Amino acid sequence: MAAGWLAAILNSCGCRPDPMSTLLSVLPPALASFLEALTLGAGYNAALVGIGAALLGGSAGAAGTFLFLRKRTLVSDAIAHATLPGVGLAFMIMVAFGGSGRSLVGLLIGSALSAGLGLLAVTAITRRTRLAEDTAIGAVLSVFFGFGIVLLTVIQVMDRGRQAGLEGFLLGSTAGMLFADALLIAAGGALCALLILLFRRPLTIVCFDPGYAEATGISVTRMDAVMLGLVLAITVIGLKLVGLILIVALLVIPPVTARFWSERTGTVAVLAGVFGALAGYVGSAISASSPNLPTGPIIVLVGVGLFVLSLLVAPRRGVLASAVAHRRFQHKVHLRQGLLALAHGEPIHDRLTLRVLARAGYLRADRQPTEAGRAEAARALLDENRWRIARQLHPQEAVTGRYDGLTGIAEVLTADEIASLDRHLGPKAAGA
Amino acid sequence: MGAEFVQLSLTPLLIGVLAAIACALPGNFLILRRQALVGDAISHVVLPGIIIAFLVTGSLETWPMLLGAAGAALVSVVLIELIRRLGRIEPGAAMGVVFTGLFAAGVLLLEQSNTSRVHLDVEHALYGNLESLIWLSAESWNSLLDPVALADLPPELSRMAIVAGLIILLTVIFWRPLKLSTFDEGYAAAIGLPVGLIGLGLVMAAALAAVAAFDAVGSIIVIAMFICPPAAARLMTDSLVRQIGWSVAFAAFSAVIGYVLAGYGPILLGYDNAVSAAGMIATVAGVVLLVACLAGPRRARVGASGSSGI
Repeated sequence: MAAGWLAAILNSCGCRPDPMSTLLSVLPPALASFLEALTLGAGYNAALVGIGAALLGGSAGAAGTFLFLRKRTLVSDAIAHATLPGVGLAFMIMVAFGGSGRSLVGLLIGSALSAGLGLLAVTAITRRTRLAEDTAIGAVLSVFFGFGIVLLTVIQVMDRGRQAGLEGFLLGSTAGMLFADALLIAAGGALCALLILLFRRPLTIVCFDPGYAEATGISVTRMDAVMLGLVLAITVIGLKLVGLILIVALLVIPPVTARFWSERTGTVAVLAGVFGALAGYVGSAISASSPNLPTGPIIVLVGVGLFVLSLLVAPRRGVLASAVAHRRFQHKVHLRQGLLALAHGEPIHDRLTLRVLARAGYLRADRQPTEAGRAEAARALLDENRWRIARQLHPQEAVTGRYDGLTGIAEVLTADEIASLDRHLGPKAAGA
Repeated sequence: MGAEFVQLSLTPLLIGVLAAIACALPGNFLILRRQALVGDAISHVVLPGIIIAFLVTGSLETWPMLLGAAGAALVSVVLIELIRRLGRIEPGAAMGVVFTGLFAAGVLLLEQSNTSRVHLDVEHALYGNLESLIWLSAESWNSLLDPVALADLPPELSRMAIVAGLIILLTVIFWRPLKLSTFDEGYAAAIGLPVGLIGLGLVMAAALAAVAAFDAVGSIIVIAMFICPPAAARLMTDSLVRQIGWSVAFAAFSAVIGYVLAGYGPILLGYDNAVSAAGMIATVAGVVLLVACLAGPRRARVGASGSSGI
């Protein structure tokens, strides 16, 4: 829309060719239509679906963060599968009362009721019986889903003439979506985002310290209900867009992705929202660019792409960062051990140790220590001796517990304390 | 209960019962090990496996399909473990990422590869086609003794029978190590059992059952049978042997009653079309579990604290 509007203005003044349409005409058609959808130029409905998907993905990511931190991620899977019988029953009831059975609001109310029932069943099984929560989740999701399929086959029979289109709820379908439906999704996504914003403080506290939350007057049960209610609402709103099998991905993947980038809950929740919104928006744009790219799977796969990227390159928690940190630590250990070996005049055989020492300029090509190497080795030995004395004299002290063979003693003790240690070392070692 | 029964209902019933038992057996150990959702994850990733196998070989033969599905199950187990370790993420979330991602990839592949001309679609993968596995050349009960008619049995039956037999055999052979590593992994490791390998073996056996059953009856039954009969059996007894006995009985009961209700229930009610047998079997399994939850003799947690009754 924005691009089209810009183009209209540029064309009307006739000063120069519209840069956007020039760009679009050079690109391959698939990429061009993707860019068009990305800039909201692919039609009113597609734009609204894109905005709705972004809002839905954003609130799903943020709500999923709390689920993830409570380690109850897969409860959402039970909720999602439990929507199916509700959709079927709502359709049958609406038809029985003479309607067409296609009203999205009616179907969503039905799905919310049966999902709520499924959630109650999971809670009741976990609380009242000896079965664990994962068993309860699996039982509820398979039974509700199975019953839903039974209802769908009943509907197929009674509705032979026209297509009920309820299969669209399994994998989502944006094709033929009405303007009112898209508006409903967008409004629902926005409402969920608002609720998360309102409840973010108590939700965070409950995630980290349920005991503290109770003590400060926040009911853990009530906050859990709020959290699961939000998840339920998001699931129901997302049914039409991504389908009940894949909606759980929107609640799981963005929080896990965001967790790589931050250690703070608030930041993780916001980032998860951003990743979810990005996946929803870019995914629906890609899907709008070609007929056989189903919206739900594409949104999920964009989310998976963001996840893999974060897994690899995130600072601190990413795989690359961990590998670098591991290598740095390894080098530190080898350097220290190599220097101590030099100080004791022992031969060094380990390849990595030799390489580390040579690169630091402590070792010549003929494996003899350089001047700097000898000085550094003496310093390492002195440090090691000081640690030994300190641990002999004060075995119970917390500071001496920080000995790990790498930390210099000067980082832990003051100059005066080191000087008093040196008195125990004897003249030879202290003079080194 | 005459010729029509043998022709139309006998083989689907047998296949359903065998699939239910093959899934329920490993399910017993999975729920005790708090891995109930492994079955859920496996049944989702089977779809991309089958589609990739179809795209690579271009045929709808059974063996490439089964290999593809088993390969996908193995890949997903490895991926879950990899993500859990590399990303330091709790297993539930790692599982959620992997199975939704792979399932989405499967659906996309399916839409892209234009496989609609062949008999391969998402709904088929979910519902299965239990009702269509009929024994056309059977004329009466005597056909069971007729080699010509027997040769025409649906291949799913023999396949499911082999897999169910294999699973029963494996459960018997590895009974002791399985039981030990399930109840006390630390002790099992201390006496030198390869607990990691046993865990992987269990998951692979579950995958085998899932893949074979998936081919015949769709993924709903697979998940329902992994979890519902063993969970209901868990509420009946404290002994593992008896629990497995109950679970097999519940699985077979659900398969038979579910199939009969789906096939004959609507006709009794005056409709002329049957409903999904797979869905009905899952529903009956759920009703069995519900009854066990309300009235099972061992339904409550024992011990002082809620968490001690594992």
